[in-house]
Amino acid sequence: MTDTQVPLKRTPLRDVHAAAGAKMVPFGGWDMPVQYTGIIEEHRCVRSAVGLFDISHMGEFEVRGPGALAAIQTITTNDASTLAVGQVQYSLLCYPEGGIVDDLTLYRLAEDHYMLTVNASNIDKDWAWVTEGGRGGGWTNVSAETGLLAVQGPKAEALVQRLADRDVTRVPYYHFAQGAVAGVPCLISRTGYTGEDGFELYAPAAQLETLWHALMDAGKRDGIQPIGLGARDTLRLEMKFALSGNDIDETTNPLEAGLGWVVKPAKGEFVGRKAIETMRAAGVTRKLVGFEMAERAVARHGYRLLKAGDPVGVVTSGSFSPSLERCIGMGYVRADLAPVGAELDVDIRGQAHRTRVAKTPFVPSHAKKI
Amino acid sequence: MANVPADLRYTKEHEWAKLEGDKARVGITAFAQEQLGDVVFVELPKVGAKVTAMKTFGVVESVKAVSDLFAPLSGEVVEINVELPKKPEVVNADPYGKGWMIVIKLASAKEWDGLMPAGDYEKLIAAAGH
Repeated sequence: MTDTQVPLKRTPLRDVHAAAGAKMVPFGGWDMPVQYTGIIEEHRCVRSAVGLFDISHMGEFEVRGPGALAAIQTITTNDASTLAVGQVQYSLLCYPEGGIVDDLTLYRLAEDHYMLTVNASNIDKDWAWVTEGGRGGGWTNVSAETGLLAVQGPKAEALVQRLADRDVTRVPYYHFAQGAVAGVPCLISRTGYTGEDGFELYAPAAQLETLWHALMDAGKRDGIQPIGLGARDTLRLEMKFALSGNDIDETTNPLEAGLGWVVKPAKGEFVGRKAIETMRAAGVTRKLVGFEMAERAVARHGYRLLKAGDPVGVVTSGSFSPSLERCIGMGYVRADLAPVGAELDVDIRGQAHRTRVAKTPFVPSHAKKI
Repeated sequence: MANVPADLRYTKEHEWAKLEGDKARVGITAFAQEQLGDVVFVELPKVGAKVTAMKTFGVVESVKAVSDLFAPLSGEVVEINVELPKKPEVVNADPYGKGWMIVIKLASAKEWDGLMPAGDYEKLIAAAGH
């Protein structure tokens, strides 16, 4: 089955991960480290100290020129006109029917120059979508030459500061600075998908290994560890951050996913606007909720959510939470069963296991909101 | 190379069995727990349950994955490791010791001969990339 597939893509650090003892797995067409020492240990390292992630598999598209803003406004749901140069915005690409193509972060690099960071498994789909005829703007796919590291955790800021050529402590949440880290030119972005303070560092792919080793060396005294995709998943799940392809996809819309806040109809026309407005007026019939299991039983993607034996929803993500030491998950449930405290069951291998809709995020965010 | 004790027998599904008279103690191998990663949940049959060789008898869940457990031998479950629901992580820490899962009273002693000796199992996991 695997021998007929196209070869897995490799980040510039593939061999560095292997040498560090990472367990490599296919993820979205990429050969990626799922864990080094163990998911739970790596997860705790990010929550208590600092972790380093290679997320170079993510895609980056740039659009520039006088038509750039109009092009972005046409394809994304959030209002990009509110972005200052140096600011970042979370946004969505939607289909005309309101389903989600992908979620992304949007960077305003200069007056008429923007960058979109999209999910690895969606790069080809998203590229076709943003460049589809008539959308305008001058687009470049810079994914291949762009490396991306995430430095996340309570000790991330001090670590990056020790290596940076400028004051990164003054970069506000969801903003970025252009500078050098360990002598490597970087876009230093105070963003991340873990709920911890930290940065995402965009750097030339050719210099990523230098940056990686500099961070690992300088972070030794902080207890830095390389972190794989396994812990990235448990970290984002504890924050109830949606994972594209699991929690949001073409069959789900922003309103039921709890992402209505990144849909700004007042900005004018965009792909999906009409459908989402119609849904908003009608009210959604299901909602994406977080839930906590009553016992140690892992509800996984695709399992059914039940109420008194009847199917009322589906699990989209689920795992053991290393922070809470309980099993948690996310899933879509009938809207009347979405309030916090609603009691449900998860069908796990034919047996009903008790769960309850939980307040989210499951653990408090420590992102530095300055 | 993962630890493969010479006195045990193995399945291709990465369970081990240790002969104790007319019974066998069963668990998953060091290789299996390495592949799974952090074990967070183990679902075992009840004492008295009948198990059949190479049919599932339970489930082990790691943070990332869920895997069936296959009985190496047929018979009746006469003991289960009651510590595992409380401390599933011992499967990672001590897969051949405190991480054992069930004890089966064997229906047929002959099945033992069908299990892989350590040398064969070592070859199997070497072929799996280790």
